[in-house]
Parts: sequence; structure tokens; C-alpha cells
Amino acid sequence: MTGTATLETRVLNCSFEANRVITDVNFTLRPGERRALIGPNGAGKTTFLNLLTGRLRPSSGNILLNGEDVTELGEARRIRLGIGRTFQITSLFPKMSVRENVFLAVAECDGIAGNIFRSVLSHRAQLERMDELVHRVGLSDVADVQAQLLPYGRQRLLEIAIALALRPKILLLDEPAAGIPTAESHVILDIIATVPKEIAVLLIDHDMDLVFRFAQQISVLVQGSIFLEGSPAEIAADARVREVYLGDSKHGRPAAA
Amino acid sequence: MTTAITILFFGVAYGMILYLISVGLSVTMGLMGFVNLAHGVFAMLGGYVTVTLMNRLGVPFLPSLAAGCVLVAALGFVLERTLYRHLYGRSELDQVLFSFGLILVSVAIVRIAWGPLAQPIQLPDYLKGQVTILHLTLPAYRVALVGFATAVISGLWFVFDRTLFGARIRAAVDNRAMAQSIGINTSRLFAGTFGLGTGLAALGGGLGADVLAISPTYPLDYIVYFLIVVAVGGLGDIRGPFVAALAIGLADTACHYVVPQAGSIFIFAFVFIVLIWRPNGIMRRR
Amino acid sequence: MATVSASPIVRSLTSSVIVRVLKLLPWVAVAALPLALPGYEPLATQVFVMILFALSLDLLVGYAGIVTLGHAGLFGMGAYTASILSVHGITDPIVTALCGMMLAAVTGLAFGVAMLRTKGLTLLMLTMASAFLLYEIANKATGLTGGEDGLQGVSFTPLLGLFAFDFRGRTAFFYSLAALFLVFTFVQVLINSPFGWSLRGIRENDARMAAIGCPIMRRRIIIYVIASALAGLAGALQAQTTQFVALHSLSFELSGNILIMLILGGSGRLYGAFVGVPSFMLAQDQLAKQDPANWFLGLGLILIAMVMLAPGGIIGIAERIVHAIKARRRP
Repeated sequence: MTGTATLETRVLNCSFEANRVITDVNFTLRPGERRALIGPNGAGKTTFLNLLTGRLRPSSGNILLNGEDVTELGEARRIRLGIGRTFQITSLFPKMSVRENVFLAVAECDGIAGNIFRSVLSHRAQLERMDELVHRVGLSDVADVQAQLLPYGRQRLLEIAIALALRPKILLLDEPAAGIPTAESHVILDIIATVPKEIAVLLIDHDMDLVFRFAQQISVLVQGSIFLEGSPAEIAADARVREVYLGDSKHGRPAAA
Repeated sequence: MTTAITILFFGVAYGMILYLISVGLSVTMGLMGFVNLAHGVFAMLGGYVTVTLMNRLGVPFLPSLAAGCVLVAALGFVLERTLYRHLYGRSELDQVLFSFGLILVSVAIVRIAWGPLAQPIQLPDYLKGQVTILHLTLPAYRVALVGFATAVISGLWFVFDRTLFGARIRAAVDNRAMAQSIGINTSRLFAGTFGLGTGLAALGGGLGADVLAISPTYPLDYIVYFLIVVAVGGLGDIRGPFVAALAIGLADTACHYVVPQAGSIFIFAFVFIVLIWRPNGIMRRR
Repeated sequence: MATVSASPIVRSLTSSVIVRVLKLLPWVAVAALPLALPGYEPLATQVFVMILFALSLDLLVGYAGIVTLGHAGLFGMGAYTASILSVHGITDPIVTALCGMMLAAVTGLAFGVAMLRTKGLTLLMLTMASAFLLYEIANKATGLTGGEDGLQGVSFTPLLGLFAFDFRGRTAFFYSLAALFLVFTFVQVLINSPFGWSLRGIRENDARMAAIGCPIMRRRIIIYVIASALAGLAGALQAQTTQFVALHSLSFELSGNILIMLILGGSGRLYGAFVGVPSFMLAQDQLAKQDPANWFLGLGLILIAMVMLAPGGIIGIAERIVHAIKARRRP
């Protein structure tokens, strides 16, 4: 393996009450890597993501960003350090327009969100970046529509725009294509393709087409621990993975529980 | 020494009244998630019914209390079915405004019906004076209050812990969606619980008529105390508010005795400190 | 390179010179009131003070999403500060008003840091408790505050050394109108700033704001301090224009009333205060005279009806009418 590890977990554990949800996870995401995290429902993928971003505290173990321990840092701090994410359940600012949604993120990232005495209009650089991002995810035609009025698929795109607005060094995508028909998921892929090469992207999704077209490396999470890691070909070929998760169909319907 | 006992006793009595009134608020808030600032109205109405029956119509104390309890519980039930149920999903602000409006309406009605002054209470003869228990001389009224309240509270805890009704409430507080999916009729549960909560409040209002004076401004004067009990004790709980109510009753009584010039200042400061330390209430969520 | 297109928001934020002049007209008209309706200056002054108070509350309720039933605590802080200073020899109106603002801001900071880490019922209750605490302190510290009787002997030297506060109330009228104008301008700037936008974000989805790195607690404390300072200013103005202060300035009743005034007009719309306050005060002036009970009854019924039928207040209703007219116009 070449290069410095960017995001790393060491012996990460997380428990809710008496349940161990994440068990002894050692995980490494390198700069520019395109990795997918797959696993059956309830394996703990979103929990793991929440641990990475700081939304959840681990019971034990460490999370390191560029070698520095960030386990004790809160979510806001980690975001400033470059960890960005989207949400599995769309979480937008419903009554604000697409532009306003993106602007909020741009403003926080660029450090101007605390300005009281200058109007939004005077922040040309941020407004330009906002427009560019809205254009990049293909929402320019609905830029002034309230987020809650957008069709679901376009809301998912707005989710990604907000995450990209934070100039993340590491992008964590939690089921970006959830609820989007497989035929249209290429839109997501196209947007991910615009993400600069040096940014690491971790994708969680159940759409195996999307996963296999996107990923250079795949990690399989089962019942809170890493079951297997490898290239898409290795994962697809492994019989155990197929049994646990992929089922018989190539399109990744999880095996009946 | 006797002063300490007296403070203790008065504090416990006050705390029990606070508890009887506030427990209904805690449960309905935990159950329906509705910010009901108007809860004090039901306690007030219970007080008015009790005092009016006793003083104007000469009805004995216990039947007056019971009448107040039943009438107000019925009113609570009706209000829940007609008004409250439409507002469950609404924003906190809307709920605050609605309940504030309800306070204003009831304050006005009560003021028109009974006048603006506090109701004088004439205790029945057997409650006047003192009784001697274990070498302690205590006011009979307060003794009866503590005794009666203890009985009611024990009954309430029994209902909560041992009956199907109580189990349904606890289930729905814990996880409403799940409770519905196992067949609990939540809308009937809400109505029943609301009736129970308001009935208890009426009981507390009537029983505590000498502790918290019955006047048209009752809901505005005391709602902050009921909210304190609920916030400190924890929403949806019935044991936490008991501890909180006793603590507040004792602390408030002690402060008024020891530092009367400070009045209720310490209570409010105390509440701030407690809630900074434990924002979700003093009882740890199981 | 992407261009910054003029979206409707952007367009509405842009003020051409004509629009700016038009927006000043209502102020000029109101300033001419003493000529048109002499004798109404004292009432108008109190309306201006309450509008200022309501604006400060709108920042919290309408924009930041912080519902408070204790805002009168900060108002009273300003009122009592100005009054106590005047009784002890510091009688310049602008100095005492600024002192009132500062003390209210400090009070807001102290309480805000404690309260704003909580939410929901707990926060609501703490906002009430904070005002009750201040009320009790004022009630008991009779030497300083006059207790239940209020503080007597409050008076101030002429404004800017030139304009005395007289019985006709002209000085008070223009003084409070000027203050309201300045505060309104400031509030507009704040609302249209990135900070103001972030407040709306916090109100609409605070979890998402946290997820984009927003320091939510810090922003809420800042807006709470600003709103407290403005409420304190309103309180100081009231003490200065009525030359009196009493416990009512700290009361739960006042906290409730100002919330109602704001909601009646419509919160989160900045103009709601200008609509709701005069309507409420006029109605109260007329109806409460006969019998306070009738006033409570009417007000309570209106509140209930409003929540159940017309959330958004008077401006909300107006907006819906305009919307309906526009919809009908479309072929």
C-alpha cells in the first residue's frame, strides 16, 4: 500500500446499552481511494459512518485523521478538518431554496457564516461557489425552489451538493442512490466522477451496480465487524460474501434472512 | 429540632401537592409530546369546585374533592377529544400559544363566575387544629393531606406498574409507533390518560387549596412550578417527578423559613443548577 | 466561470434607490403624527417601544427558533437599570439606555449559556424560570427597586442636552421612533447576513447545521445576547418615556403578551411586529377598559382560533389572500 493513510480506525467498538454494534473494526481509507462499504441491513454501516464523523462516540478504540487522533473531537471539529458526509435519510433545510441550502454550507466552510454586518449579496466568492455547485449537481433549473418541494431524486442530489460545498478531504456517502431507480443511478456516478481525485470517497449503498462501477476497493461489514476486504472482483467471487449478503442475484438482493 | 420537623413536614406536604398536580403533566407530555401550559387550569378548577361545594353548599370535604376530581377529569377528557388531539403534530410554538389561549379563556371564565379574589377556605372541623403524633404537634390539615396523598400516590403507582392500562401508557411513552403496531389504541389511551392526569391535578388543586391559593391567576402563578417538577423529574416518568416535587417542596419551604427575605429566589437558582448538571432530569433513563 | 444570476431572493434583497425611498415613506408619515393627531404621542410612544420589544423577540422566535416565555426578564432589566441609575444621579437618557442594553445583554449571556444547552420543555421552562427569578429578586430588593410599588422619582435630563421630556411627550415620541428606526435597520441587516441565514438553518434543521460544521451553541448564544440587548433597550426606553418602572416590566404576563403581539402579526416576517403590536394595544385599550375578564376571554379565544385556523398571524392571512388572488389570476 502506498501513500499516507488519511482516515483510519483502530480497534473501534461501539455499544448501545448491552448491544455491541461495532466490534473491533480496523479500517483505513487512503487519499483518493474509491471504497465502498457494503453489508446486510443492520450490519452497522450507518453507525460506522456516524462514528467516523463524530456524531457517535465509540466505547473504545481510536479514529485517526492523517495520523492524528480525532476520537475525542466533536462533529463540528471533524467537519472543519475535512470529513464530509451525506445522510441516508435526506436531511435538508425544507423551506429554504436549493441555493440557500448550498449557501449555508459554503458559508460555514469559508468561515463567513458568522458575519452579521455584511449582507449575503456582498459575498461574491461564496455566491459564485454556490452557483457552481448547484450547476454541478444539475439543479440549476430549480435553484430557487424550496427543498421540500423537490422530487426525491433531486433532493438526494442536493444532499451531495451540500456535502461537496464543505470542500471535504474525505467524502462519506450514505446510500446516495437510496430510492433512486437503478437506471438513473448513473447520475450519482457522474457527480462522484467530478469529485477531485485526491479526495477519498467512501460509499455505502445497496445498489450493487452502482457499487461495483464505483469502487476500487470494497469492505464488507457484517454484524458490526469487517468480514472481508478486497477488490470488486475478489468480493464478487467470494462465496461467503455471496451467501451472507449478495444472495444469488447479481443485482444484490440481500439473501432472505 | 421541632422547627426542622415542621419544615420537613410542611415541605413534604407541599411536595406531594406539587406531585399530584404535576404527574399528570409529566405523563401526558411524555405520552403525547404536547406542551400543555394550561395544565394548571385543571388544578385550579378542581380547587374551585371543591371549595365551592364545601363552603357554599356544605358538602363534606372528601365528596367535594371527589366531585372536583370527576368533573374536571370529564372536562379534560372532552377537551382532549375536541381540541387537543388536533394539535399533536404541531410546532412547539403553536402548542404554547394554544395552551396560553386556553389559560386566558379559563382565567376569564373563572373570574366572571367567582370574582377576582382568592377563595377563602373553611376547613371542616375535624381538619382544624392540631394533632399529636409521636410527641410531635402537627396541623391536622397537613397530616390528613400527607396521609391522603400517600394513599392516592400509592394507588397511582399501582395502576402504572401493575395494570394493563399502566402498561399501555408506559409502552406508548417509550415508543409510540411500536405501541400502535402491537394494537394499542393510542387515541383512546391519550384521552384516558389525559382524563386521569387532569383528574389528579384537580385532586391536587382541591386537596392543596390551603397550600396553593385558589384564585383566577392560579394557572399563571404556578405553572412554572409544575413545569419545574416535570423538567427536573423527567418527562413521561412517574417516579422522577415525585423525587423532584419533594425536593422542591422541601427546599422551598426551608428557604422561606430560613431566609424569608429571599423568597423563591433560591428555588429558581437551584433549578438552573440542577438542569445544567442533568439536562434530561435527575432520573437516569432506564 | 459561473455567473451570479439574480434569483428572486437576490432580487428582493437588492434595493434600488426608488425602493429605498419608498421604504422610508411610512416612517416619515408616522413622524408627522404629532401634526395630524396631537395628543396621541404618549400612546404612539408606547407602541414604538413595544414594537422594538417585539422585534427583539422575533429574532428569537421567528428566526432562531428559540421559544421564550421569559423575554420580559430582559425588558425589565433594561427598565430597572435605567431607572435605578437615574434615581442615583445618572440621568442622561442615552447613557442610561446604553447601560440598560448592556446589563440586559450580560443577563442574557449568563442565562443563555445555562439555558441554551437544553431544548424543548426544559428550555421553555428555564426561560420562564429566569424571568421569575429576576421578578423575585426585584420584588424582594425593595430598597433598590421599590418592590411592589415600583420605583418613584425616576427622571431624566434633556435628550442631547436640548430636548426635555415634557408632559406632551414630543421628545419621547421622536426619541423612541428614532430608536425603533435604528433597531429595525440593524435587524434587517442581521436577517440578510450570512449569520441571519444560518439562524434560519438552525431553526429548520439543527442536526444538518451541525453536520455542516456550524457552531450552533455559539450562534444561539450570540443571537440571544443581541435579542436581550434590544429587549433591554426597549425596557430602558419605556422607563425613560413613562418615568416609572414597576414589577410588571418583569412579569410573566408581559412575556406572554409580547409573544401574543408578535404572533398576532406574524413571526419570522419582520413586519409582524409592526402589525401585531398596534392591533393588540389598540384592542386592549378599548376592550380591557370595560372589564379585564372580557379582554382575557376575547384574547384567549382569538389565540385558540388562530392556532387552529390561521397560523402565521395577520400577515400570514394576508399572504394567503394575496396568494389566492394570484392563483385565480393565472389562466
